[in-house]
Amino acid sequence: MQNAKPLVYLDANASEPIRESAMQAIITALKVTGNPSSVHTLGRKCYHLLEDARETLVSCFGGSVQNCIFTSGGTEADVLAVHGQIHQRPLWVGATEHPAILNISHSKFVLPVNDKGVIDLAYFENALQNTPIAPLVCLMYANNETGVIHPIQKVSELCQRYGALLHVDAVQAAGRIPVNLEHLGADSIAFSAHKMGGAKGAGLLLLNSRDHNAVSVLNPLFAGGGQEQNRRGGTQGLPTIVGMAVAAKEACNNHRKDIALMRDEIEIQMKKLGAVICGEEANRLDNTSCIAFAGIPAQKQFMALDMAGFCVSTGSACSSGKISQSQVLKAMGLENLAGCALRVSLPWNIKSEDISRFIDVYRHYIKTVI
Amino acid sequence: MDKLIYLDYQATTPCDERVFKSMLPYYTTCYGNAHSEHIMGKTALQAVEQARKNVADLIDADSKEIIFTSGATESNNLAIQGAVAYLLSQGNQAKQVITLATEHKSVLETVQSVVKLGLNPIVLPVNSEGFVNLNRLENALKQPTLLVSIMMANNETGVIQSVKEIASLSHRYGAIYHCDIAQSVGKLAYHLSMKALDIDMASISGHKIYGPKGIGALFLRRKPRMRLLPLFYGGGQERGLRSGTLAVPLIVGLGEACKILIEEGIEEIQRLADFKRMLLQNLYKNIPHLNINGSQEHCLPGCVNLRLPQLKASELFKRVCNLCLSSSSACSESSLAPSYVLKAMALSDEEAFRSIRLSFGRMTTLKEVQQTIHSLSQAWLDAMTVL
Repeated sequence: MQNAKPLVYLDANASEPIRESAMQAIITALKVTGNPSSVHTLGRKCYHLLEDARETLVSCFGGSVQNCIFTSGGTEADVLAVHGQIHQRPLWVGATEHPAILNISHSKFVLPVNDKGVIDLAYFENALQNTPIAPLVCLMYANNETGVIHPIQKVSELCQRYGALLHVDAVQAAGRIPVNLEHLGADSIAFSAHKMGGAKGAGLLLLNSRDHNAVSVLNPLFAGGGQEQNRRGGTQGLPTIVGMAVAAKEACNNHRKDIALMRDEIEIQMKKLGAVICGEEANRLDNTSCIAFAGIPAQKQFMALDMAGFCVSTGSACSSGKISQSQVLKAMGLENLAGCALRVSLPWNIKSEDISRFIDVYRHYIKTVI
Repeated sequence: MDKLIYLDYQATTPCDERVFKSMLPYYTTCYGNAHSEHIMGKTALQAVEQARKNVADLIDADSKEIIFTSGATESNNLAIQGAVAYLLSQGNQAKQVITLATEHKSVLETVQSVVKLGLNPIVLPVNSEGFVNLNRLENALKQPTLLVSIMMANNETGVIQSVKEIASLSHRYGAIYHCDIAQSVGKLAYHLSMKALDIDMASISGHKIYGPKGIGALFLRRKPRMRLLPLFYGGGQERGLRSGTLAVPLIVGLGEACKILIEEGIEEIQRLADFKRMLLQNLYKNIPHLNINGSQEHCLPGCVNLRLPQLKASELFKRVCNLCLSSSSACSESSLAPSYVLKAMALSDEEAFRSIRLSFGRMTTLKEVQQTIHSLSQAWLDAMTVL
């Protein structure tokens, strides 16, 4: 690398750095041999590690161990939730959902958001009143690009009133704001390990059930083996799962108050130069900022910062590797800014001096191009 | 208690120390999302692509023919569900999907589920040695068939099918051939070559080859091009066939595991074959009327399925608590039902309950083999004395 300064990682919403405690748990689990389904001593040891992780996660996010299903990640958890619960219901999805939901191969009715990025509740209720069949609604708790938080409790009240099911993608919210299955009133919630400071390769689907001791039936995406009470086949990825539980616990218990201050400082400084903060008026995650400078292509901003050693993003980090216009901003009616916005998302271990440096470099760059 | 001896390598292998070390930097310093555009993302992506090449090299394939999944179960599902869905979407009129009675549950259940699509799943029997009858396969193929899925080495018995003949028959009748090679990669006395065997799709698991749990791969032939529909959509990773953030550390671990096998696999297998010879010679001597389930001529060197005379496996297990053994596949073990694999080989319930699977591998030492011989022989003798 050209510059001697270490990289500053500001792309937590793509993947959080791993937490030390999670790393230790992963190392320990990688060194344990055994298949959690084997009945011999080492198999049982793995089984206990797996079940302890399940209990920890349920203590963080509610639900019951019977209805806590391990998956390979957030995408699989989202898809499994829809696949398993849709039956004959129509599928309704928020306009700013993650591609895991937006690209599900099923006909969808898109629920619009307002210019703040928040679901239009009046529209939603009206639609519920007029639908012949109560839908399965998918709404993310917090958006990956803007950090905008949807009023899930209000949405779940409406869903219950009209007999709809609600699946919540809490991949970005979990570990950053409190997430609890019962409090939110959702029928299912999806989580991802690496967005909470665990490692990539594990996710979680919590299902709601009236009876905590009962196993909710769910049609699996993949057949075989009978693991996860026949709801998800395949040997569980034990190390990553164990790491997820430790990361979740730490994230839920130790959220830093100063992250919001650092994020706010970036926004204050950039607004002085004419930046628009997408979703600013909404309730947002305190680590996320979607900063748009009209007329300055995001790609150019990104390159300048990348060269200076700052890792930010121009949208969600999926397959493309190339920059396309943000569908999230378009859904918020911000088409004019869609190609000009950067996502800055602060990781759990961010240092304030790095933010000061980031502000200096970013400000300097913007001044040279406006 | 005596030191534990791990004899269940078919259920899962220990993670090799070198694999473990190769993964660490991708947890701690290079934690970027492999599809982020910044330098952290690019570094992660490079590591993913190197791992892909290692996997491809191990099975004589091209990097572009490897798709990463969460494990062999997902690979099996993606291959079978995905290929069938694609062929149907192209208006293919064939109605059959063929598999074998001794396949892993993830293949059997997936094949059986094609009933929901109005298709006809055919589950072929095996003979007492564990082999498919090629004439029966050919007869079945006379009805137009979409796909044949027959594993290379069985997870309970280690019995190796004649994959090349199966591939050739399948192709002669226009069917796609998928092969679950989770148990055979790195465990054969010769290099596996997808090209030489003429396989269209093959499933690989990380934790069966000294890599981590939670990662696998699907080999997907490019010439002629195998096409699939994905199990699910999303961010469009893995050329749209498998969405979801790439599990970079696990992928790097799988790649390293493959690299080690390329370098050391053949030698390792030689050593395991010697262990097995020693084990069987001694057990035959010490336990009269001991039987082996399945062919010994075509069997993995690190695996043997023993049938004890007169004694239930569960009774034996109680007497050898220091040996980590199994009675069947880990997945179905807790069900307490007799092994469906052994029953398909015409064993009675009672015979199946007298059977144990013993599998060993890279970390197994000569001393452990000797102790295993001693413990098993002694336990059998003790049990007989009580009887």
